[in-house]
Amino acid sequence: MIRSLFLALVLALGLMAAPARAVTIERVTSPGGIEAWLIQDHSIPILALEAAWRGGAALDPEGKVGLAHFLSGMLDEGAGPHDSQAFQTRLEDLSARLSFEAGRDAFRARLKTLTESRGPAFELLKLALTQPRFDAEPLERTRSQILSSLAREAEDPDTVAARAWFAAAFAGHPYARPSNGRVEDVKGMSVGDLRSAMGRLMARDNLIVGVVGDITPEALKPLLDSTFGTLPAKTATRPTVSDVRLHKAGAPQVIRKTIPQSVAVFGLPGIKRDDPDWYTAFVMNYILGGGGFASRLMVEVREKRGLAYSVYSYLQPFEHAGVFFGGVSTENARVGQSLDLIREALKHLRDEGVTAEELANAKTYLTGSFPLQFDNSDRMAGLLVTMQIDRLGIDFLKRRNALIEAVTAKEIRRVATRLLDPNGLIVVVVGDPKGL
Amino acid sequence: MFSLARLLIAALMLGVASAPVRAGVFNPVTFELANGMTVVVIENHRAPIVSHMVWYRVGNADSPIGKSGLAHFFEHLMFKGTPEVPAGQFSKTVARHGGRDNAFTSQDFTAYFQNVAADRLELVMKLESDRMVNLALSDEAVRPEIDVVLEERRSRTDNEPAALLHERMDAIFHLTHPYRNPVIGWEHEIRGFTRADAEAFYRRWYAPNNAILIVAGDVTVDGVRPLAEKYYGRIPARALAPRQRPREVESLAARRVVLRDKAVRQPSWSRDYRAPAFGDGSPKETLYALQVLAHVLGSGATSRLYRALVVEQALAVSAGASYSPDRLDLDAIGFHATPRPGIDVARLEAAMEAEIARLLKDGVTEDEVARSKKRLVAETVYARDSLSRGSYTLGIALTTGQTVADVEAWPERIAQVNAAQVNAAAKAILREDRSITGFLLPALADEGAKP
Repeated sequence: MIRSLFLALVLALGLMAAPARAVTIERVTSPGGIEAWLIQDHSIPILALEAAWRGGAALDPEGKVGLAHFLSGMLDEGAGPHDSQAFQTRLEDLSARLSFEAGRDAFRARLKTLTESRGPAFELLKLALTQPRFDAEPLERTRSQILSSLAREAEDPDTVAARAWFAAAFAGHPYARPSNGRVEDVKGMSVGDLRSAMGRLMARDNLIVGVVGDITPEALKPLLDSTFGTLPAKTATRPTVSDVRLHKAGAPQVIRKTIPQSVAVFGLPGIKRDDPDWYTAFVMNYILGGGGFASRLMVEVREKRGLAYSVYSYLQPFEHAGVFFGGVSTENARVGQSLDLIREALKHLRDEGVTAEELANAKTYLTGSFPLQFDNSDRMAGLLVTMQIDRLGIDFLKRRNALIEAVTAKEIRRVATRLLDPNGLIVVVVGDPKGL
Repeated sequence: MFSLARLLIAALMLGVASAPVRAGVFNPVTFELANGMTVVVIENHRAPIVSHMVWYRVGNADSPIGKSGLAHFFEHLMFKGTPEVPAGQFSKTVARHGGRDNAFTSQDFTAYFQNVAADRLELVMKLESDRMVNLALSDEAVRPEIDVVLEERRSRTDNEPAALLHERMDAIFHLTHPYRNPVIGWEHEIRGFTRADAEAFYRRWYAPNNAILIVAGDVTVDGVRPLAEKYYGRIPARALAPRQRPREVESLAARRVVLRDKAVRQPSWSRDYRAPAFGDGSPKETLYALQVLAHVLGSGATSRLYRALVVEQALAVSAGASYSPDRLDLDAIGFHATPRPGIDVARLEAAMEAEIARLLKDGVTEDEVARSKKRLVAETVYARDSLSRGSYTLGIALTTGQTVADVEAWPERIAQVNAAQVNAAAKAILREDRSITGFLLPALADEGAKP
C-alpha cells in the first residue's frame, strides 16, 4: 500500500531542474537532415529512443474521435513482410520494446533496445512507421480492445470525472473530446481512416527525436536516416486547432453513482508553457497542491482532518490552452466540506500570498529534486522530447534553476490573483455527494 | 498492441510494492552491523542520486488477529513524529532537501524510502534511524489517520468492483493463513485501531535486527559503512519473539466466486492455482520451472494464451498468466482473461480450460522453453537501467525467503530449466482441487445491456 499514489505522477508532470552533474545534450543532424537530441551513456548496453510528432489526437476528425489512439494500437500489429504475430515475435526475439501513444497535442513512438540488436530494432520501427499492414484480424482485435477499455473507463469514477470536466471546460473545442475515443466513432473506423490519419499525423516536418544510451552520434546518424528518412516531407492538409480559453464555471456538475466515495475534480484556466508567468505559477502550485505531503491542500484536507487519502493540484500546459487542475476523493458525506476547504486554500493564497519559508522550501525542492529525473533512460529520452515540444532550447537544463530561483513572493501574489479564482472553479463530482 | 492484460494485472496487484522484477546482476555488497541489521549497497554512478530504503521483516500477515491492516496503518503512523522531528515534518524535511519519500506495506514486509541527491544520504539516514526507535505517537496524530486509511480503502477497494472481487477471492482461497486478510484491512477492524495497538506493534517488530538497509546509487561501500554504523549501528538490538503465523490447511475443494456489481461494464475471469513461494522451503527448481511456464503460456502477444484466445478464437481482448512467487509462506499461479464484447464468460472459461488441458496432455516444447528463457534473461539487462530496480528486487527477495546469491544467480537458474521440468511442474500444480475461479460480472438487472 503506497502511502501516496499520485505523488510520482504529479511530480512527473512538473518541470525539471538542472542536474547537479552536467549532462551533455548533443544536437545530432543526419546527412538526410533528421535532427535528434542525444545524451550518450555507455554504462549499460541499451538505448532508448522517443520520437514525437506535433499534432496528435486534437487532429482527429469529428465523427472519428479516437482515431489517433486506434492508430497507436495498430502500428506494431504487422508491417512490411511481417504479419502481426511475426512482427511481435521478431520484437520479442530481439528483446526490444516498441510502443506508440496518441496524446492531445503529439503522437509518440518509444523504442528501447539492447545495443546488440539496435539495427534490426530500428528496422522494425521504420516498418511500423512506413509500411503498416492494418490486416483485418488485428484491426478487429484492436477495435474490440479499445471498446473494452472504453467500457472499463466508464466504470472508473476518476476517468468519468476527468472526461466530464474536459467536456465541460472545453465544449466546442477538440480538447473537449476523449483522446481514447467514443464508442460509436470507434465502431466505424476503417483502414482508410487509419491511412489518412498517418498522413495527417506523421511526417518529417513535425518530427522530434530524443535518444539516450549506448550510441555515438556517428552511429546514430545513419539510423535516423534509415528509420525516418522515408516519411513524407510534410504532413497532409490538417485542420487548424485554435487557441482556446476555458468556459466559465456553472454549478458543480454531479454524475450520480452509488459508490461509497465521491471523486471530485476541479479546475480553472491555467497558463501555457511559454507564458512569462510560468515559473511563478509553477512554484505557486507546488506550495498549494503540487508538493505532496508538503503542500497546503494535503495538510489542510488530509493531515489535519483526515478527509481524504489524496488531494492535489497541478498545472497542465497544452499547446492551445493552459489548465490548472486538481482533485480530491472523499466519503460522500464530506465532499462539500472538502471542496470548501480547497476553495478557502485558493482564496487564502490569493489574498495572503506565501511565506518566505514556503517559498524557500519550494525552491530547494524544485531545484534539488531535478537529478531524480535521471533515474532511467526512457524518462531521459522523454525529457529530451518534452524540451523540444515546449521549445525550451537545448541549453534549458543549464538555465532552469535560475528561472526558479528568480521567483519572488510578490510575483506569486500577483500570479495568484491572476489565476486562483475560488468562485470560478469548474467542478465535477462522480458519486453520491452531500453538502454541495 | 494495447497491453490490456498488463493493466489488469497491475490493477489486481494492490498492496504489492512494484511488479516483482526478475533480477540481473546488480553486484551488491552485503554486510551486517554489530546489532544484526543487514546492509546492502548497490553502486550505480550514472547520476548523482541515491535511493535509501529500510525494509522491515513484518507485514500484514503479522498483524494481530482481529486487527487486519495494522501493519499498513502503522506504516502511516511512522510519519507522525519523534521528539526531534515533529509530526508532518519528516516528508517536509526530505522535500526541502530536494528529495522524495514514501512507504509501502505488503503481506510480508514494510518498506520506507527516500530518493535524494547523493550528498544528502546522511540526512535521510539520520531521519530514518531516528524513527526506528524514537517514534512518539499522540492521539491527535493517530485519530485522523484512521479516517485517511478508510478513505484509502474506499479509493482502492470499495469504489472498485475488480478490487472487491480480488479481496474476496483472497479471503476465500486462504482457509487458515492470514494472507486471507487484505493488506489495507477490513473496514470494521480499521475503525477499531488504537494508539495502544500501534505502540505494541512498534515495540514488537521495529528493531535493527529485524531490518534491512538498502542503499543504491552514486555511493561507495566505504562511504556507506561508516554512516550506517553511526546512525543505525548505535541502536541496540532487541530480543524479538519469533514470527508465528497460522499454517494453511491443504486445499481439497475448488472454489468459485462470483461478484456482480452494477458498475461493471466489462466482465472478466480469473483463476489461481495454489503454488509454492520462495519462502516456503519448496525446491527452487519447481519455482523457476513455473516462472518459465507462466511466460510460455501467458506473457505477451505471442504467448500461447494470447494467441489462442485473443488472436485465433477471437473470444477475448486479453488473456495471460502470471507467477511471481515473492511470498514468505505460499503463493499461486494466476490465469486471467477478459471477454470480447458479446462473448459469454462461460465460453471464455471453456476455451481457457481447453488450453490448460492441452498443456497437461501434450506439454510445452523445448523450443517454447528456449524462447521464453532467452526473453526472461534478456530482461535483466533492462532491470539495471533503473536506479531503484535493484533495491526493490533485493528488498523483496530478502524479506520473502531468498538470498542475495539467489537474486544474482537467477538468470543462470532460469537458463537451466528444461521442458521436462516445466511439464512436471505444470502437472503437479495445475490441479482443480487447489484452485479458485473468480467472475466479475454486471448486476443481473443490467445483463444484456451493451457496454
